Amino acid sequence: MLRFVLRRLALMVPVLVGLSLLLFAWVRALPGDPARALLGERATPDGIARVNAAYGFDQPLFVQYFTYVKALLHGDFGSSIQTGRPVMDSFVERFPATIELGLTALLLAVVVGVPLGYLAARHQGRALDTAVVSGSLLGVVTPVFFLAILLKLVFADTLHWLPTAQRQDPRIEATHITNFYVLDGLMTREWDAAWDAAVHLVLPAIALGTIPLAIIVRITRASVAEVMHEDYVRTAESKGLTSAVISRRHILRNALLPVVTTIGLQAGLLFSGAVLTETVFSFNGIGQNLFDAIGHRDYPVLQGFILFIAVVYSLINLLVDLAYGVIDPRVRTS
Amino acid sequence: MPASVKQSLGRATAVLAIATLALTSCAKSERDDSGGGSGGGTFVFAGSAEPVSLDPFFASDGETFRVSRQIFEGLVGTKPGTADPAPLLATSWDVSDDGLTYTFHLRDDVKFQDDSVFDADAVCFNFDRWYNMPESAQTDDLTYYYATLFRGFATGDRADEAIYDSCSADDATTATITLKKPFAGFVSAMSMPAFSMQSPTALKKYQDDGANNPRTTDYSTAHPVGTGPFELESWERGKQVTLDANDSYWGEKASIDKAVIVAIDDPKARADALANGEIDGYDLVGPADIKPLEDQGFQIENRDPFNVLYLGMNQKAKPLDDPKVRQAIAYALNKDEIVSASMPEGTETALEFVPPAVNGYTEDVTRYDYDPDKARQLLQEAGAEGATIEFNYPTGVSRPYMPQPEDTFNVIRTELEAVGLKIKPTADQWDPDYLEKIQGTEDHGLHLLGWTGDYNDTDNFLGVFFGTSTKEWGFENQQLFDDLKEARGLPTVEEQTPLYEKINQEVMDYLPGVPLAHPVPSLAFSPDVQGYEPSPVQDEVWNTISLG
Repeated sequence: MLRFVLRRLALMVPVLVGLSLLLFAWVRALPGDPARALLGERATPDGIARVNAAYGFDQPLFVQYFTYVKALLHGDFGSSIQTGRPVMDSFVERFPATIELGLTALLLAVVVGVPLGYLAARHQGRALDTAVVSGSLLGVVTPVFFLAILLKLVFADTLHWLPTAQRQDPRIEATHITNFYVLDGLMTREWDAAWDAAVHLVLPAIALGTIPLAIIVRITRASVAEVMHEDYVRTAESKGLTSAVISRRHILRNALLPVVTTIGLQAGLLFSGAVLTETVFSFNGIGQNLFDAIGHRDYPVLQGFILFIAVVYSLINLLVDLAYGVIDPRVRTS
Repeated sequence: MPASVKQSLGRATAVLAIATLALTSCAKSERDDSGGGSGGGTFVFAGSAEPVSLDPFFASDGETFRVSRQIFEGLVGTKPGTADPAPLLATSWDVSDDGLTYTFHLRDDVKFQDDSVFDADAVCFNFDRWYNMPESAQTDDLTYYYATLFRGFATGDRADEAIYDSCSADDATTATITLKKPFAGFVSAMSMPAFSMQSPTALKKYQDDGANNPRTTDYSTAHPVGTGPFELESWERGKQVTLDANDSYWGEKASIDKAVIVAIDDPKARADALANGEIDGYDLVGPADIKPLEDQGFQIENRDPFNVLYLGMNQKAKPLDDPKVRQAIAYALNKDEIVSASMPEGTETALEFVPPAVNGYTEDVTRYDYDPDKARQLLQEAGAEGATIEFNYPTGVSRPYMPQPEDTFNVIRTELEAVGLKIKPTADQWDPDYLEKIQGTEDHGLHLLGWTGDYNDTDNFLGVFFGTSTKEWGFENQQLFDDLKEARGLPTVEEQTPLYEKINQEVMDYLPGVPLAHPVPSLAFSPDVQGYEPSPVQDEVWNTISLG
């Protein structure tokens, strides 16, 4: 197991080196100039030249790349052109917001999606199944930003049930230790702060979680339906096992493998959805920061954040692979 | 379905439903309870972005200055509701006849928020600090205003052009600043937050101007100390800046206990947050949101315009090099229609490239009143009937001087096509594509752009536009460049005024572009907010606010 993990971690190295090169080329291929984005209407040719010199953008590209990689090897991801802050600091500060939102969305998708998919499979062809299949289809085809705007319009702007923006009411005095606001509220026993942060998560999490939820429903339904007709399920039934035991031990456990793969993939894809959701709800995570960085041609932030996300994505996939072994011992032995 | 699974699912659904109901109802009640009562309370204001630093010397953006204006004060302020200089930390000042020596008489009852005394030594410490800025901090992103207005630092490639000479503390309440060259806008410029007086004690303890980035030092993020009516409680990056009322403030003390500034970049999202009770006020209201907000009982406050929106013409793009074509375009525009179709109520049409409040403004300039027949005739004389002209305009942006560029473009396009010109529209994302194309290349024709003044100085408008040859305008007019240089070098505003009036006439005769309007920037507030005083140069300090 340890060898497997180490081998997978080692494989990440060439992936990240390749990605750093691609990212470097991509951000510089974007039209526009970070110095002009920084100085805005006040830009003058001299001013732009001075900023470019200060950030090394006047150097040849290969010099810039090697400077960048050299700094990376020393753990220095550079500083944002817009704010001057180290990229790592901004990432560490904002990543908890995205993780908090992503986990809530994923939790919603799994907790609602797996039972719904299971129920639909067990009631194939009936009204419940039709409703679940149609609903999930609608969920898959609804763009995240559209759903986010719609939810905000109905539940925040019109009904005023939920907040429209931010992660917490600015009037609440909250202590932040981990920057996971709900967790911080619970740790410091500031219940109103925890509650308020949870309330701020509701709409963004629903918007972000709907597509994964719909996909999980469909995969679970298909997987359970397939397993239900396996010989070992019939054997278990003929042995006189109770329906609950068959469901838990034989159907769900075997049907879960593709579902876990899907959950892993969706967890990674949540990052791309977060860019849109966080922007609509002014939710200050890495998604919104990335969106701003693209607008400002903030090369170091773009490169740093996307590299971090790639690392996190790879680690999630590794965890998914490890989870296979837990769910299905055959995978572990092979 | 097995009974046990059915039961569990049923239970889970019920719990989920109850939790959702409880969540939403509690959220509502909680927000209903928030907000300040009469006297005290927390004022929550939304800007469009976070500040870049809490040391205003290293900033040139409005969001940083919004926070700075609460914490810091300069020697000079502005008269309420105007851009004109007024006493603040200095009660008065004398200027020598040659315009090189400024003697400031200071208040004697002022302390910084760290209890250190504000006096002439503190003034000189600040001036000397700015002048001796390390070369690493002499880039336009960090020290734009000092470099632009004082022309250079003690060291670096612009040292020879620097106009600051020295500061002497004559006594505790008298500081004398000596310049090497006259700078008539000096007193007005001192009202800008970049030139706020900062505590020497705190600067020595927490600031490092030579740091890799002085905007991220301890001072710039956690320990800014000024003399203003609020002091910093905390800056939680990505969340909010929280300010506490300064109980030992020398002037009118704030009646609110706290002020919180949050960043919401989308104007519609700011309007939604106000309507939902999450904030008490916000800046840069989109014109489309004004009526709905007013209908819901929210207050709209307008600033007197201190800006100009213009239709620029790049003379490198033919036939815009022909004065008759430029005049034809000016005559083809119905500015009243442009304003009514795409600008907020209260917007004034523009006669020239400076707003009326600026020194040197004159109504005695060549006017190009809407006359489509004359426009057609001029085009005929120029042989440019049916000419195709590229028209660049930005998308995805709303600036105080250009609230709805797409709508403005559409009206102008229709008017130009009505006189026989063919328009080739080119839209670009504002930042950085549009600005790059207009200011950094010659690849553009007609274009929409503008400017909001920083302080009351004509050079801050005309000098920015026409002080030198630029790719935006694509012309060489040495006479105009020389006149602007001469005006900038005159020692007093009184001497500058007739020359700037002449330059405004000269510009409108030459017609490098068509000044269109001075749009009114708006702020919105909940009905509870009282006493907000809008300022054309955004010199808005919140000690006047109360929450009713």
